[in-house]
Amino acid sequence: MNPAISQAPLQPLASEPDYLRSAQTLGSWLLTTDHKRIGILYMISITLLFFIGGVAAALLRLELASPAGDLVASATYNKLFTIHGVIMVWFFLIPSVPTVLGNFLLPLMIGARDVAFPRLNLASWYIFMFGACFTVFAIVAGGVDTGWTFYTPYSSTYANGAVIAMAAGVFITGFASIATGLNFIVTIHKMRAPGLTWFRLPLFVWTLYTTSLILVLATPVLAITLFLMALERLFGVGIFDPALGGDPILFQHLFWFYSHPAVYIMILPGMGVTSEIIACFARKRIFGYRFVAYASIAIAVLGFLVWGHHMFVSGQSVYAGAVFSLLSFLVAVPSAIKVFNWTATLYKGSITFDTPMLYALGFIGLFTVGGLTGLFVAALAVDVHLTDTYFVIAHFHYVMVGGMVMAYLGGIHFWWPKISGRLYPEFPARISALTIFAGFNLTFFPQFVLGMLGMPRRYHVYPDEFQLLNVLSSAGASILAVGYILPLAYLLWSLRYGKRAPANPWRATGLEWTTPSPPPTHNFAVTPTVNEPPYAYETLDEPSRDYV
Amino acid sequence: MSEPAAEIAHQFADAGQQRDAATFGMWIFLCTEVLLFGALFLGYTVYRLQNPEAFDEAAAHTLIVAGSINTAILLVSSFCVAVAVHLAEQGDRLRVTLLLCTAALLGALFLAVKAYEYNHKIHEGFFPGHSFHFAGADSRGVEMFFVLYFTMTGLHALHVAIGVAVLTGYGVAVLLAQRPARLTTAVDLAGLYWHFVDIVWVFLFPLFYLVGRAP
Repeated sequence: MNPAISQAPLQPLASEPDYLRSAQTLGSWLLTTDHKRIGILYMISITLLFFIGGVAAALLRLELASPAGDLVASATYNKLFTIHGVIMVWFFLIPSVPTVLGNFLLPLMIGARDVAFPRLNLASWYIFMFGACFTVFAIVAGGVDTGWTFYTPYSSTYANGAVIAMAAGVFITGFASIATGLNFIVTIHKMRAPGLTWFRLPLFVWTLYTTSLILVLATPVLAITLFLMALERLFGVGIFDPALGGDPILFQHLFWFYSHPAVYIMILPGMGVTSEIIACFARKRIFGYRFVAYASIAIAVLGFLVWGHHMFVSGQSVYAGAVFSLLSFLVAVPSAIKVFNWTATLYKGSITFDTPMLYALGFIGLFTVGGLTGLFVAALAVDVHLTDTYFVIAHFHYVMVGGMVMAYLGGIHFWWPKISGRLYPEFPARISALTIFAGFNLTFFPQFVLGMLGMPRRYHVYPDEFQLLNVLSSAGASILAVGYILPLAYLLWSLRYGKRAPANPWRATGLEWTTPSPPPTHNFAVTPTVNEPPYAYETLDEPSRDYV
Repeated sequence: MSEPAAEIAHQFADAGQQRDAATFGMWIFLCTEVLLFGALFLGYTVYRLQNPEAFDEAAAHTLIVAGSINTAILLVSSFCVAVAVHLAEQGDRLRVTLLLCTAALLGALFLAVKAYEYNHKIHEGFFPGHSFHFAGADSRGVEMFFVLYFTMTGLHALHVAIGVAVLTGYGVAVLLAQRPARLTTAVDLAGLYWHFVDIVWVFLFPLFYLVGRAP
């Protein structure tokens, strides 16, 4: 073994209790500034919100099982898809990996005792919950039927229901995003352990960094956009109303200037999780580490320049459309680099199919389908046919659910021993991963076909000839629901009955695995020094090498 | 700011790292502020291009004297803060307090002038919405100008108000603190914020007061 390259040693057994047992009162959780506990607070919150959004989705699929509008009225249907979209986008997908796994892992991965601003971190959770309360209030107080995009004039001149309250919820939550992003950027710049240079960082940290850049640069624009929309509604002025001299397209430009980069907030951290899992379960260094790292930057930068592809048919200039189309194709390049490099990492690896790996492989497959169908809708002429059809629905669900939710669950399983100090039961976990994969494809693949055939989104009735595919999709959704409830059950079970986890159950590289499971409150009793490249699985797996 | 000078928050290795992190965090925060105002500046650009004559005409109704006085007020207050930051590093507590409080007072004066202007505009019927009335030809364009005027200067005034509170708070804290050295970074960061507020005004002033006034 090359003595110059060595894994940081395991941390000595800490004298202080682990972060879960350090204090047990409710107050010690609600006033904690420990990044690990804040990650847990976020995990509980977004899980609850996920199930609210999920119930709305289940009702949508139930309604669509038959062509007639027999379960809910059209107005209720509109409210349901708005609830589903708003909750899932802002209260689950955007916070999911960054605030749960990111908060928990970032300081551990870079050898720090906490994030740079622990109090701001706690404040972000309170802001998030405050925003979530507004949104839940808006749902109870009559709901909103604008769709998650809040397009004017649905949200202004012709608004029904609690648009202002729901927009306020999203507006407030945005500041939680900004606080998290700011905290992560400063933490990654200023808090890395000695020897942990940028190109020794785990790729998960790279993706958190690029995600944070998008969070801090895009979210303020959303805040102002929703603020202007609320002003228009409250004061009766015509900022986006053409009858009063305003420009409705400006709303769409501003909205998508945030919301397209937000798509990358919702996928980049998932890519980071996948990189960690693939390397560990193939026992290999990530192929082309630097390219994967740079690809994250490229996706973040290009992601800011493609918002107009949501507006090909909304009356923007065709020349702008052509440029946006070209730039959208360019985003496929760094995305493809990642997919190819993960695949190359697998080549001649010693692959094992533990649950996190099943999720990661599922991510690669489903993200690839989602990404490639993105090229269909990035093509101007094809998009005219596909705009506002189920093809678009299927496309972005493949990226966000097939991609991000798979990655989130993969990451939860991968780091569960570190987070909880317990091992989850492997057999039901594999079953649930496979159930989710099968259920997901059955739900969303038929929607590609429906979209090609011309079925528009956001209608609760449809012609009879679309029924077969819709029934398949609804059946898939029921399988998917089982797949999501299973992990909730056995992960909670494992908290009490699971085997105790060793420090490094997967024999993985990375500083987080040198701490005890679960880690002590201050993470590292001895500040670690890093003197090896990331993912040094070859040296770790040398036969002469002992690990604990 | 309650920790004594020697104490460093547990997550940091040393005082230098702590100061660097705080300063860097402030710069990132200011970046988000640029984007926050940036969306409004984009809105201004779009509507000015759509209504060039109306914007020129509307701008003639803003109070250029009040706007110019306010510009001077903010520039002087920014100068006070810049000197305060410099003196804070040398530990000159009394002068730092005096300068910060002067800057805060100037900020409050700015808000008073702004309130006078708003009052004047509302009385002349320029407040957008149902009560808006303008006799000229292109009243829609003029109204849009005033939508932007009230939104952008209002958001800026909110930032000024927060700045006044922050400057006053640190001004008092520097005088009363047991170990004022701990506050050097805080004064520095408050200064960065105040300069940002100043710079936003430097852009707002020509857009709302000077356009269309050229002979």
